[in-house]
Amino acid sequence: MTVISYREAVARGLREALQEDSRVFLVGEDIGPYGGSFAVTKGFWEEFGAGRIMDSPLSESVIVGAGVGAAMAGLRPNVEIMTINFSLLAMDQIVNHAAKIRYMSGGQFSVPLMIRTVTGGGASVGATHSQSFEGWYASVPGLYVVVPSTPRDALGLFRSCRDLGDPVLFVEHILLYGSRGEVPETPYKIPLGQAEVKRLGRDVTIISYSRSVQVSLAAAELLANEGIQPEVVDLRTLRPLDIETVVQSVKKTHHAVVVEEVPKQGGFGAEVAAQVQREAFEYLNAPVERVAGEEVPIPYSPPLERLAIPDADRVAQAVRALLAQ
Amino acid sequence: MTSSARSSHQGKPGAHRAAAGTSHEKAGVLTKGQFLEFYRQMHLIREFERECERQYTRGNIRGFLHVYSGEEAIAVGAISTLLPQDYVVTHYRDHGHALARGVNSKAIMAELFGKVTGCSKGRGGSMHLFDAEKNFMGGYAIVGGQLPVAAGLALASKYRGEDRIALCFMGDGALNEGEFHEAMNLAAIWKLPVIYFCENNLYGMGASAANNLVMYQEIYKMAAAYGIEGIQVDGNDVLAVRELMEQVTQRVRQGQGPIFVEAKTYRLRGHSIADPANYRPTDEVAYWQSRDPIPMYRGWLLAEGMASQEEIDEINAAVEREVVAAAEFADKSPFPQPADLFRWVYQEDGV
Repeated sequence: MTVISYREAVARGLREALQEDSRVFLVGEDIGPYGGSFAVTKGFWEEFGAGRIMDSPLSESVIVGAGVGAAMAGLRPNVEIMTINFSLLAMDQIVNHAAKIRYMSGGQFSVPLMIRTVTGGGASVGATHSQSFEGWYASVPGLYVVVPSTPRDALGLFRSCRDLGDPVLFVEHILLYGSRGEVPETPYKIPLGQAEVKRLGRDVTIISYSRSVQVSLAAAELLANEGIQPEVVDLRTLRPLDIETVVQSVKKTHHAVVVEEVPKQGGFGAEVAAQVQREAFEYLNAPVERVAGEEVPIPYSPPLERLAIPDADRVAQAVRALLAQ
Repeated sequence: MTSSARSSHQGKPGAHRAAAGTSHEKAGVLTKGQFLEFYRQMHLIREFERECERQYTRGNIRGFLHVYSGEEAIAVGAISTLLPQDYVVTHYRDHGHALARGVNSKAIMAELFGKVTGCSKGRGGSMHLFDAEKNFMGGYAIVGGQLPVAAGLALASKYRGEDRIALCFMGDGALNEGEFHEAMNLAAIWKLPVIYFCENNLYGMGASAANNLVMYQEIYKMAAAYGIEGIQVDGNDVLAVRELMEQVTQRVRQGQGPIFVEAKTYRLRGHSIADPANYRPTDEVAYWQSRDPIPMYRGWLLAEGMASQEEIDEINAAVEREVVAAAEFADKSPFPQPADLFRWVYQEDGV
C-alpha cells in the first residue's frame, strides 16, 4: 500500500491508459502546457506530446462530439470537461448522441468515450460553478456514471472504465483532489456497479456517493462517540446502481438515511429511497430519511454556502432524529 | 468563374473552378456507365421517397418522415466522389444519402417499417439510418448535432494517419445552431479532413431562411469567418456537384484542412409528411419545379446522346422493381423480438 492523493490517483489512471493503449488520447480545455484546471494532467503534455494531449478551444459541445466521432472510429478518446456545470453546453452530445448511438444503430457502432469532469460545491465559486449534475446523467440509459469518493476507488474504477465499450461520465469531486488514501500496489480493478460498505455498523445505514461519503463517515465518527454505530455504504457508481448491497445493509440496520449535496427535489437520493422502500419495506423501522442540499442556488458567501450543503453535523442530527422515532 | 460554382476565396478561381454541369466538357471525364448510374440513383431516391409517402398513408411507416425529393443531385453527385473507406455523416433527411452511399434499399425500407431487418435493426427509424459496412455513420436528428461527430471521425483519421475523409451534410437550419460555430472552428484550427456540406433548401422546417439567416443567399461566405474556404454550387445540377466535389475531396484528402460547400437547392415536398408547405409562394415552388434535377439531367442525357430513351426506360423499370421489392421485403420482415428490447443499450459483455 502507498498513500496518494485523489488527484494523483486519477492522474495515474490516465497515465497508464496513455502508456498502454495508443488509441487513447486526451482532449480538454487547458489540459496541455497549463496542466489542467485542477492540475490532474500536469506534466502530461511534456510527457506525451501535443499529438495526444490536445488543448482545445472553449467549446464543450464539439470536444465531446469529436470524442463521440473518434470513438465510433475505434479510438478511445478521453475528454475533460472542466466542470460538470459546463457539461450542460455538451448535453446534446452526451445524451442524444454518445448514449444512444449503439442502440440506434442496432449495435453497429460503439462509443467507448470517457468524459472526465468535476462536480460539487463548497469551493466558494458561486452558483454556476458549484452544481452536481451526476444524478441527472444517471437517468440516461446507455451511459455509465462513476462517482469515486477515495483515491483507491478513483484508480480502481478508472481502470475498469477502460475496458468498457460505452460512454462513461467519470465524475471527480472538486473538494476531494487533495484528499489522501491508501492504494494497493497490485494492478487491482474495481468493477462498476458494486457499492462498498465503507464503515461497518449495526444501527443505521447511511447511503451516499462522491464527497458526501466523506461527510457521512465524519458523521459516523460523531455518532460512534454517542454509542450509535452507523454503517456507511458508498454507491461508487450511480449507473449501474448496486441497490442489492444497500438493501442487505438496511435489512440488518432497519434504518436508512440517504446523503447527497444536490437539492432534495429530484435528487438521486430519491431513487435510492424509492428502491430501498420497495425492496426492504418490511425491514424498515421508520421511513427512509434524506439529507440533501437546500432548494437554493449555491451562494458565494462562505457562511451561506455552508448552510446550503449538508455537513457531518446535519447528517448526525438526522440519524439521531431517525433513531428516536 | 461559372454560374455553377462560386468561391469565397478570391484570387485563385482556377483551383476549384467547376464548369457548368450541363456542358459537353464532362463527357470525356466520366464513362457512360457513370452518367447512367447518376440517373439511376437520383431516380431511385425519388421513387423510393414516393413509396415512403404511400406506405406512410397506409400506416406502415410511423413517426416523422422527411423525404429528400428535389435534392437528389446533391447526395448522388457528392457521395460519388468518395472512396469506400470515407465516412458519410448526415442529418435526419437521410434516405437519399443512404441510397447514394449504396445502403441496401430493402434494409432502409425495412428500417422505416420498424422491422428487425432494417439497417438499424428497427431501433433507429427514418431519422437514424446507420450502416457500418458502408461507413454510413448515421442520420442525426438533432439539428447541428452531426457536425461535432464528423469532426471526431476526421480527427480519428488524422490521429492514425489514414487516407480517410469525412463528408458531413447539414441543412441551412443547422447554421443557426451553436454546434456549427464550434465544429467549424475546431475543424479549422486542427486542420481536420472534413467537408462540411450545406444543403441550402431555403427553409429550416417551415421557416424561411430569409427570415432567419442574414447570409441565406450566400451561406458559403460564412466559412471565411473560420478561415475555411467556402464554395457555392448549383445543387440541382448533379454534374456540377460531382465536378466540384472531385476537386474538394482531393484537396481535403491531401491534408489542407476542411472545406465548406453550399449547394443551393429546394425541397419539392414539405418539411415532413405532415407539412403541406402552404407557407411557400406558388411562383417560388413553380420556379424550382422547373429546375427539378431529375428531368433536367434526363433531358441532358437524351439531348447529348449520352442515353437513349430505351436505356432510360430500362433504368426506370429496374428502379420500379427495386422499390416494389423493398416494400415487399419490409412488409414481410418480422418486427424485433420483445425479448430483445434491451439489446444494444450497452456492449453485451459489458457490466
